[in-house]
Amino acid sequence: MAANSFRPRVLTALAGLLALSFGSLADSRIEDQAEQFFRSGHTNNWAVLVCTSRFWFNYRHVANTLSVYRSVKRLGIPDSHIVLMLADDMACNARNPKPATVFSHKNMELNVYGDDVEVDYRSYEVTVENFLRVLTGRVPPGTPRSKRLLSDDRSNILIYMTGHGGNGFLKFQDSEEITNIELADAFEQMWQKRRYNELLFIIDTCQGASMYERFYSPNIMALASSQVGEDSLSHQPDPAIGVHLMDRYTFYVLEFLEEINPASQTNMNDLFQVCPKSLCVSTPGHRTDLFQRDPKNVLITDFFGSVRKVEITTETISLQPDLGIMESSNKEDQIDEERMEPLKYAEQLPVAQIIHQEILTDLPYLNKVHGGQEVD
Amino acid sequence: MAVAVRLALIVLLLLGPGGWGHTEPSRDSLREELVITPLPSGDVAATFQFRTRWDSELQREEVSHYRLFPKALGQLISKYSLQELHLSFTQGFWRTRYWGPPFLQAPSGAELWVWFQDTVTDVDKSWKELSNVLSGIFCASLNFIDSTNTVIPTASFKPLGLANGTDHYFLRYAVLPREVVCTENLTPWKKLLPCSSKAGLSVLLKADRLFHTSYHSQAVHIRPVCRNARCTSISWELRQTLSVVFDAFVTGQGKKDWSLFRMFSRTLTEPCPLAAESRVYVDITSSKQDNETLEVNPPPLTTYQDVILGTQKTYAVYDLLDTAVINNSRNLNLQLKWKRPPENGYIHYQPAQDRLQPHLLEMLIQLPANSVTKVSIQFERALLKWTEYTPDPNHGFYVSPSVLSALVPSIVASKPVDWEESPLFNSLFPGSDSSSYFVRLYTEPLLVNLPTPDFSMPYNVICLTCTVVAVCYGSFYNLLTRTFHIEEPSKGGLAKRLANLIRRARGVPPL
Repeated sequence: MAANSFRPRVLTALAGLLALSFGSLADSRIEDQAEQFFRSGHTNNWAVLVCTSRFWFNYRHVANTLSVYRSVKRLGIPDSHIVLMLADDMACNARNPKPATVFSHKNMELNVYGDDVEVDYRSYEVTVENFLRVLTGRVPPGTPRSKRLLSDDRSNILIYMTGHGGNGFLKFQDSEEITNIELADAFEQMWQKRRYNELLFIIDTCQGASMYERFYSPNIMALASSQVGEDSLSHQPDPAIGVHLMDRYTFYVLEFLEEINPASQTNMNDLFQVCPKSLCVSTPGHRTDLFQRDPKNVLITDFFGSVRKVEITTETISLQPDLGIMESSNKEDQIDEERMEPLKYAEQLPVAQIIHQEILTDLPYLNKVHGGQEVD
Repeated sequence: MAVAVRLALIVLLLLGPGGWGHTEPSRDSLREELVITPLPSGDVAATFQFRTRWDSELQREEVSHYRLFPKALGQLISKYSLQELHLSFTQGFWRTRYWGPPFLQAPSGAELWVWFQDTVTDVDKSWKELSNVLSGIFCASLNFIDSTNTVIPTASFKPLGLANGTDHYFLRYAVLPREVVCTENLTPWKKLLPCSSKAGLSVLLKADRLFHTSYHSQAVHIRPVCRNARCTSISWELRQTLSVVFDAFVTGQGKKDWSLFRMFSRTLTEPCPLAAESRVYVDITSSKQDNETLEVNPPPLTTYQDVILGTQKTYAVYDLLDTAVINNSRNLNLQLKWKRPPENGYIHYQPAQDRLQPHLLEMLIQLPANSVTKVSIQFERALLKWTEYTPDPNHGFYVSPSVLSALVPSIVASKPVDWEESPLFNSLFPGSDSSSYFVRLYTEPLLVNLPTPDFSMPYNVICLTCTVVAVCYGSFYNLLTRTFHIEEPSKGGLAKRLANLIRRARGVPPL
């Protein structure tokens, strides 16, 4: 009797256990999926690419910036999410033997300028003040959208800077400089205003590592092309163009990025190995202590690409034509007010009218002369 | 039968108001054209014009549907209450002397002039905001436009479109000569076109060819125009123009033959499906110049004649919407060739060789009547060695006179007489033809003052060098090769003692 009642109880218990285990398995699978979905924690990508050098012999800095621009665009970040700042115009420079092109390889293999480039800040607009305003978001009212960094707390931002630099500073256009302290404070402002989720800072200048020494905000990873006391060197000159085309570090970074596609799983540790001392002559450095995730879990496309997670649904939605809008547009077609008199074009050079016109100005001194008295 | 009636009813219901049968004609239209003008200097000018016309009163309506007219510009018109907007970006300068008059010239750099409507209260504030917005749209530094470079013209820049009042208080004009024009300005300009750069004439707009030119100007013009002949309602016209001049020597490698492929590295494959008209015009007015005839290939189906900029001009017309001109299997690659008739001139040139032979240039030319022909030649003289100069080099160097031999038509026909028996002054040149006579003329010799070297310098250099060598080298040689030792003065000597005695007697110090 007891055995008989025992068996179904065991069976139910077993069944219950199995169900529980299946349930937990299913739960953990869903959890895994959910975790993968939100693994990186960001929902949109931005890039701020800055070239700070002016003059034709600094062609390589513009080519550096445009190579990164090209890679970032190719991997998916749209122009509306890229703020490109070029301090001088090399492509349409009178000294460029091939106008509208900027090459990165000698023998002119790769034109990084392309056919649909959009430069947001150019020539005299690339100043320390404008750069810091873009980063912190404190731009003057009336700044168009393409010149603003409209990031939020779920944005991953890539910041790339190149030019001439020294121990603790980066030179802007030969007339001013930005120090590493100012840069670190700007990033802290961004953190306080929740303007980024994670930030990758790459700098290709002499003594570049000094620029990231002072960072103190969380979630920043930084790479530099050379340590303090070392110079970053340029790659190869081109005899037809007459200047050096690229810097070594960015040249090898570009080679590395050309092999990345939006689906690749390459991580940041590979980027750290990109230019060893034998190729670069300087020692590239990196800083990851402020970054919360392990670099080997960070994909290259988390910063350089704009990989969107897409959820496909099979529901269909049918749209009904909105009768209200159509009726109103029909009405507008019918009410086309016809004027009584025909309109006419203005005369381009009405001599009589020009000679006899009275110019109402608000220049104070005119009134004073008319009055015939001396007025202060 | 009943089924058919029911079907018909259903069909009628569907076609009723609010259904799919919206047969109202579209209110905007696109016309695109390209004008190719061979210029007198051998270069070729290409002018693109894209005109989008929209029959709508933008100020009064709340417009939300933009089809061909770009939304970015339509929103500007309504937000800033624009009457007209003219913006141009130019690189280079139109050389009227070599190229003739332009259709529409623009200043180098960026130029922006705007007429606001008379409902605007603060024109300066709208002007500042408008230039900021435009700087974002066109990727240019138009945000540098402020009161220091803005003026209010009072005499020129009257509205190009319909206007009912021209109070110049609502006009603002600014120009930025430092503005560079490059691909980043062309990209957003192309994006405003309805067909972008995918079909029609805009496939020819490739940046690497368009900026390899002597002159590049792109412009955007927005103005209100008459909708119909009675001109009782307004349409908005957006006109985008792009003018380039391809250089014969840089792009054409010295030849005057042009084709679309050579200019733009593309050919035309199809018209823009959204365009109402899509045409290419080739200027064949001066099809005969300098004894060369212009041949256009493929031959045009129609021509167009009109008075343009004061002169009568003829154009060959290619309509891209005509399937005879362009269809799926055939691209349109217009070719312009200059054909020379067989030469009846002659040129012989023998260049000089240093210290061997001089330049020789012989030309046989036919001079046109009532004209002035100037022939000039540039040459250089190499510097001579210093021994080859004449004793008086400051006199200058002579260039031998040129010789002109001509057959001049006689006014009066001469009678053929015995040449040997004529007086001596008439028997110099044997004349075979009674209608013209031979004459040989000379120009003046040329005396050219060239820089001469300073002939005293070799002497000066020799003196100085020898002195320095002697002083330095000589001293060193002495220091190195001679040994110095102290010599004791000798004590004795009879002559010396005798001399000392005499000296003591005289009172002079001894030796």
